[in-house]
Amino acid sequence: MENLIALLIAAPLLGAAVLLCGGRRLDRVGHWLGTLLAAASFVIGVVLFGDMLGKSGEGRSLHQHLFSWIPVEGFQADVAFQLDQLSMTFVLLITGVGTLIHIYSIGYMEHDERRRRFFGYLNLFLAAMLLLVLADNYLLLYMGWEGVGLASYLLIGFWQHKPSAATAAKKAFLVNRVGDMGLSIAIMLMFTTFGTFAFGPVLSSTGDATEGKLTAIGLMLLLAACGKSAQVPLQSWLGDAMEGPTPVSALIHAATMVTAGVYLITRSGAIFNAAPDAQLVVVVVGAVTLLFGAIVGCAKDDIKKALAGSTMSQIGYMILAAGLGPIGYVFAIMHLVTHGFFKAGLFLGAGSVMHGMNDEVDMRKYGGLRKYMPVTFVTFGLGYLAIIGFPGLSGFFSKDKIIEAAFAKGGTEGWILGAVTLLGAAITAFYMTRVMLLTFFGEKRWQPDDNGHEPHPHESPKSMTIPMVILAFGSVFAGGFFSIGDRFLHWLEPVTGHSHGNPPVSATTVTTATVVVLVIGVAIAWFMYGRKPVPVAAPRGSLLTRAARRDLLQDDFNHVVLVRGGEHLTRSLVYVDHTLVDGVVNGTAASFGGLSGRLRKLQNGYARTYAVSMFGGTAVLIAATLLMRAV
Amino acid sequence: MNPVNYLYLASLLFTIGAAGVLIRRNAIVVFMCIELMLNACNLAFVAFSRMHGNLDGQIIAFFTMVVAAAEVVVGLAIIVSLFRSRHSASVDDASLMKL
Repeated sequence: MENLIALLIAAPLLGAAVLLCGGRRLDRVGHWLGTLLAAASFVIGVVLFGDMLGKSGEGRSLHQHLFSWIPVEGFQADVAFQLDQLSMTFVLLITGVGTLIHIYSIGYMEHDERRRRFFGYLNLFLAAMLLLVLADNYLLLYMGWEGVGLASYLLIGFWQHKPSAATAAKKAFLVNRVGDMGLSIAIMLMFTTFGTFAFGPVLSSTGDATEGKLTAIGLMLLLAACGKSAQVPLQSWLGDAMEGPTPVSALIHAATMVTAGVYLITRSGAIFNAAPDAQLVVVVVGAVTLLFGAIVGCAKDDIKKALAGSTMSQIGYMILAAGLGPIGYVFAIMHLVTHGFFKAGLFLGAGSVMHGMNDEVDMRKYGGLRKYMPVTFVTFGLGYLAIIGFPGLSGFFSKDKIIEAAFAKGGTEGWILGAVTLLGAAITAFYMTRVMLLTFFGEKRWQPDDNGHEPHPHESPKSMTIPMVILAFGSVFAGGFFSIGDRFLHWLEPVTGHSHGNPPVSATTVTTATVVVLVIGVAIAWFMYGRKPVPVAAPRGSLLTRAARRDLLQDDFNHVVLVRGGEHLTRSLVYVDHTLVDGVVNGTAASFGGLSGRLRKLQNGYARTYAVSMFGGTAVLIAATLLMRAV
Repeated sequence: MNPVNYLYLASLLFTIGAAGVLIRRNAIVVFMCIELMLNACNLAFVAFSRMHGNLDGQIIAFFTMVVAAAEVVVGLAIIVSLFRSRHSASVDDASLMKL
């Protein structure tokens, strides 16, 4: 069975190679080939899953050693895979949602002449992401990590003829590089501390290392996670990444790639458990991002950017849960899976709306679309209910568990975190209701564009609606399925461990509070956007709104602190170079030049001058000789 | 007569010659001053020969005369050709040997 693991990665990788190298001959079948190979990978995943269910305990963890990558004395890098419950969860999510999005893209990208290339990139992304979650050591994980970054760059900049897309791709790549540096430093630290970077030896021998070292490794891993998962302070790329085609936003920037950071922290749980300081920073980052993303999501009029803010916020929840330690790991992953369903569904719904509205993204120019796009409305609506945590749907179960776990952290910390997560839930309810009301309810607000073409909203083709329907099913039922009888907890517990903590309030109280804040959030949104007509031109808004429209000044901050700061640093370095270093070098040269210029004057060509110097020299020699004799 | 007096005379002559070499510009005069220095040396050699009671100094004086005669031939030839090309016998006019 374990020989199948490599095939999981090989299928989409083959697809990427064939599609990207095959040329125009494959234009007509490329998208079918890409989808087929993604589906093949999913089928292999399901087979392995069935096999895993048949086993129990330790036997569930499969291991495949493919080949030795860099066999050097004292440095052993293997290409080896590990498939345990945690990896399995990711494999099913990545290949499952990935296949659905492949199918959706067939319809969405129908009129794009570079569709074959698009599917090649999608397959490349799947292969890299699978490599990331299946690797059994940090070095191979790093390879997948970089591959995911590359695929993300290629897909964000897929419409490279748009300068904004090209810039966004560069921005994403550069910001990700900062995180990647963190990961590479963490791997180097691991190697110097433990002498290896395979998961097994590193994670089982954390007791041998000092806490300082573990904290350093933990913080570097967190930096990596911040870059890939768009957490503060490396969050600025995610909003711009919406320049890519919508299926990319759904697959990479909502359902899978941005969850890599959560995977990394959960997988490295043993390190974080032994480094409480690093864990505290993880929690703080998660809490800050949770509110940051939610506030940004409230102010955006671009439907995709509002959803991007929401993604940031939801991943903040997961990072926060992962930072709670064994209380939260399982729930972080559970929220990750349910989020994968409903956020992919929401993004595909947004893509479907844009498809029907001539690629208009401004929600203020939508309105009343529920009559024109019934299927999109229903699936998007179910995703919406799931994400705000409507009782009974997926998001309700997973988010509620995270809030409970935040309270269970105990002490003042627990109360603060609990309050933050509840506040986040209220804001989530607010901005998602806003998106829903602006898009599907109210009067129609679209107008003919400059060329006189009026959009004719229409339902999208079957290839697009079917994946949306399947994802909507997941959004509705996944959470309940996981939670009843604590199925997900028992499934993942052997890998991540679990503890209940000591909640200061009962689970029922937390659930009630969650539902109350949910109702408050929805009510405020309805009062602001549902009761009265929405203006097509955005009102000026309060100071906070205007700041949130500019992503809470994240780019301005980066510009002032990093770009300007960097410029000033280089300028001062150049100044020092010019004055001090060049000054010493040039000064030495100039003084020798001046001296030789003076000495040169002695060579004036007059024979008598030379005679004087000879005479003088001889006189001095004789005088010296006599003097020496006398002494 | 005390032979040391000859040495005083020799050093006086040598100083006059050296001063002439350094001060005068006319190549002929400079040349003559060089001859004066050589002869001052000869005088000193002969005086030393007398003081030490052997012939070494006198022999060296002969050598010096021979060399001086040869030097005169070459030196005068140079001065003449210099004068021909520059219409001047000033040593300061021949100052091309500089950077």
